[in-house]
Amino acid sequence: MGDYIVLIISCVFVNNILLAQFLGNCPFLGTSKKMETALGMSMAVIFVMVLAGGITWSVYHMLLVKYNLQYLTTIAFIVIIASLVQFVEMFLKKSMPALYAGLGIFLPLITTNCAVFGACLINIGEEYTFMQSLVTSFGFAAGFGLALILFAGVREKIILARVPKALQDTSIGLITAGIMSLSFFAFKGMV
Amino acid sequence: MDAVLVPVLIMGVMGFTIGAVLAIASKVFYVYEDPRIAEVESSLAGANCGGCGFTGCGAAAAAVVGGKALPSVCVVAGPETTAAVASIMGMDPGTAESKLSCNSCDGGLRAENKYHYMGATTCAAIAAMYGGKKTCEFGCMGYGDCVRSCLFDAIFINEKGFPTVIESKCVGCGACERACPKSVLHVVTMSDRLLAFNQTDGRLAPCRQECPAEIDIPRYIAQVRDKDYAGAVATIRERNPLLLSCGRVCPHPCEDYCRRGIEEEAVSINQLKRFAADYEMNTGSRLPISCAPDTGKKAAVVGGGPAGLSCAFFLRRLGHDVTIFDAMPKLGGMIRYGIPEYRLPKEVLDWECQGILKTGIEAKMNMRLGEDYTTKSLKEDGFDSIFLGIGAWSDYMLNVEGEDLDGCYTGIDFLTRFALQQQKDSLEDTPIPIGQKCAVIGGGNTAIDCVRTLVRLGAKEVYIVYRRTRNEMPANMVEIEAAEHEGIQFHFLAAPTKVMGDANGKVMGLEYLKMELGEPDASGRRRPVPIEGSETVIEIDMLITAIGQGPDVSFKDKESLDDMRFTRWNSIEADPETLQSDIPYIFTAGDAYTGASLVVAAIGGGRRAARAMHLYMTDQEVTPVEKSLREKHIPVSIFDKVPGLNSTTRVEMPELEVEERIQSFVEADLVITEEDAEVESNRCLSCCITCYDKD
Ligand SMILES: Cc1cc2nc3c(=O)[nH]c(=O)nc-3n(C[C@H](O)[C@H](O)[C@H](O)COP(=O)(O)OP(=O)(O)OC[C@H]3O[C@@H](n4cnc5c(N)ncnc54)[C@H](O)[C@@H]3O)c2cc1C
Repeated sequence: MGDYIVLIISCVFVNNILLAQFLGNCPFLGTSKKMETALGMSMAVIFVMVLAGGITWSVYHMLLVKYNLQYLTTIAFIVIIASLVQFVEMFLKKSMPALYAGLGIFLPLITTNCAVFGACLINIGEEYTFMQSLVTSFGFAAGFGLALILFAGVREKIILARVPKALQDTSIGLITAGIMSLSFFAFKGMV
Repeated sequence: MDAVLVPVLIMGVMGFTIGAVLAIASKVFYVYEDPRIAEVESSLAGANCGGCGFTGCGAAAAAVVGGKALPSVCVVAGPETTAAVASIMGMDPGTAESKLSCNSCDGGLRAENKYHYMGATTCAAIAAMYGGKKTCEFGCMGYGDCVRSCLFDAIFINEKGFPTVIESKCVGCGACERACPKSVLHVVTMSDRLLAFNQTDGRLAPCRQECPAEIDIPRYIAQVRDKDYAGAVATIRERNPLLLSCGRVCPHPCEDYCRRGIEEEAVSINQLKRFAADYEMNTGSRLPISCAPDTGKKAAVVGGGPAGLSCAFFLRRLGHDVTIFDAMPKLGGMIRYGIPEYRLPKEVLDWECQGILKTGIEAKMNMRLGEDYTTKSLKEDGFDSIFLGIGAWSDYMLNVEGEDLDGCYTGIDFLTRFALQQQKDSLEDTPIPIGQKCAVIGGGNTAIDCVRTLVRLGAKEVYIVYRRTRNEMPANMVEIEAAEHEGIQFHFLAAPTKVMGDANGKVMGLEYLKMELGEPDASGRRRPVPIEGSETVIEIDMLITAIGQGPDVSFKDKESLDDMRFTRWNSIEADPETLQSDIPYIFTAGDAYTGASLVVAAIGGGRRAARAMHLYMTDQEVTPVEKSLREKHIPVSIFDKVPGLNSTTRVEMPELEVEERIQSFVEADLVITEEDAEVESNRCLSCCITCYDKD
């Protein structure tokens, strides 16, 4: 149990997928202008990343390793994640219309979210067990959400500040992200 | 061999499995979705730009199918796309009216500062601090959040510091409306604009609050100042289709509320209106007037006076099919048959009426309600709603002895008969015999028009006999002055008691009692009380009584209109906000509703009724205007001092010399020159609620 908690802390803070590993930057900049959208995106990512973590682990260990086809990992994972998102979308639309409406356009956006793909590859690379991969996937997704929500909070305040013309909008966004990332490096060595 | 076969096989199987699972899933998790959504989506631009305000083309398509957006939703595609979408939806592409962004504040920057501000230069930032640094809570702050929000470069901050929308570039996406923290910018269709009424939270100059037709006065004056005369005409016409007539006869209640008038002479607002209106007529070509796409609804407008013309004009512009029915041979109502030629030349009125009809309104003349048709027969003929703007054409009687002697007339009757003759529409050729010494009883516009007409017809001595004093006369002040100049003799504080006749039954004298002013009555005017034994007789050979008029409602006896209520004065009872009568499909306005009133009031009422009829005919609930400012003012906007003004003088209205004008019926008042219009328009303070331009 303790292991899992350590794992989660390491994924959320120390190895934060956004601020330490720099994956998933497009949605990070794209959906962080408003707290509302940031929340929607975070929820969608948590949902998909956990599912994707589980499925890719299974496919890797049960199929690719068995036939010694590890070199197909990348292409197989891309196909799996893309179709998974499609599947989840259809499933939610039918059985959980409320959740579907809530996640809205963020679900299909995840298809192109490299953080999901990255998390799956990390799971494999670190040779985690199935349970561990589920937990790390959740941790990474939660970390992504945390960073996104914090960033959205900052950005909502930035519009009230005097920003030199050349640095407005995305530029100041990236600078802010950099500073946030530096502060997250303070967690290094904690776990 | 295996090295190739196995991975290919595995990937193939994987792809197949995934495909199969997705295929099955799409059946299992099938949710019915209107097939039109997909069709609509495929006709949209597919750019997923979000310019329409929806999250991508799919969402926009769903909104169109769900009835939440119009076929013109896509801001990047052209009219073909709109037509394609409309055909999928089985809608007339026309029903999609294009939207435009409009700025409702033109100068919040002139208001005083509450604090010194050095923070971020965005509207959102400064609005977050006590609602902005200006004392004006309503106005534009000028930091241009709207400009930054616009994807189409259609807004810029002009040299005066407030946003201007470039109409040709604006696609009506609404981004600026969402960006503006003060909701100064609104994205609306033309219909929305035509249907807008003054609201308690509007950005309205005091003159604009007072105008019964709610014309955007500061805006058209600014347009005259900028020499954009066509723009000024369009601004006026958005509220008042009878600008030539109003520019001549309106007693301009707006000028009483002009802020400059608090310190010195008010801006001559009506002269500027006339200047703009005459400009269009003098160019000889009409500015185009656009109408919303046809709605397929039919409205009947009974009465072609100012109220009827205004109602018909706005209904037509909202896309309805309108027919005017009028009892007289020509359109115009009282402004044709009451107001004499020298005040409003009928050539001018003809031009104005033609312009209104040219929007596509049919007019059926010589058709009297109650004789040639009834409200029921109109309904049976397929009219979805009916407007009654029949005016007030029935003269009140004095109820004194001898009133029916030979040589006695009533005001409306006299003016109408004379106008008919003058316009050669009358069947009777014998002109009304004009006396040498004529008395007109009454103090309103009708009385003054009668005396000024009599002077022009050659009467030697003309008297006005009025119960109260000059101050209480309801006629327009300029009219009273003009009558004085033209040599009319006034008998004030005189209450007629008897009309005396000779042996042949011909009028020869009028006896009246002298009065003095007593306590104020309900209307606030001091009530005249008779002085005992003060009978006086004036010798006359012609008498006109013009003591007021009420609607002629004889039509109600020709059909059973029991459901409709009338007031004690025969005016039609209706809801003051919606002007809907007790019969839901019948609406009213103008003199028929208010009793004898003003042209502008009839015009404003006509538009108000048009709004309600539009709601009624498009199956919406006929509700009052929200936060309506009808006959009210925004308290903070009414000042008692306006510091910091340079003293200026108002331009004089040019008029014909008295000797010249009393010889004929040519127009007595003339239009101001372009130079004068420029000077006068620069006197306007461009007020809003709390701000104004100091000079
Ligand atoms: C002599 C005079 C001078 C005036 N001067 C001024 C002025 O200087 N400034 C100002 O602002 N106002 C002035 N007014 C007031 C102004 O003219 C009226 O307030 C205004 O015309 C009212 O418009 P309306 O459309 O309600 O009625 P009207 O103009 O009276 O129009 C009613 C129309 O209905 C028609 N009609 C009537 N009965 C029937 C029926 N049964 N069937 C079919 N059609 C019917 C009539 O033919 C007429 O065309 C003056 C009025 C008079 C009488």
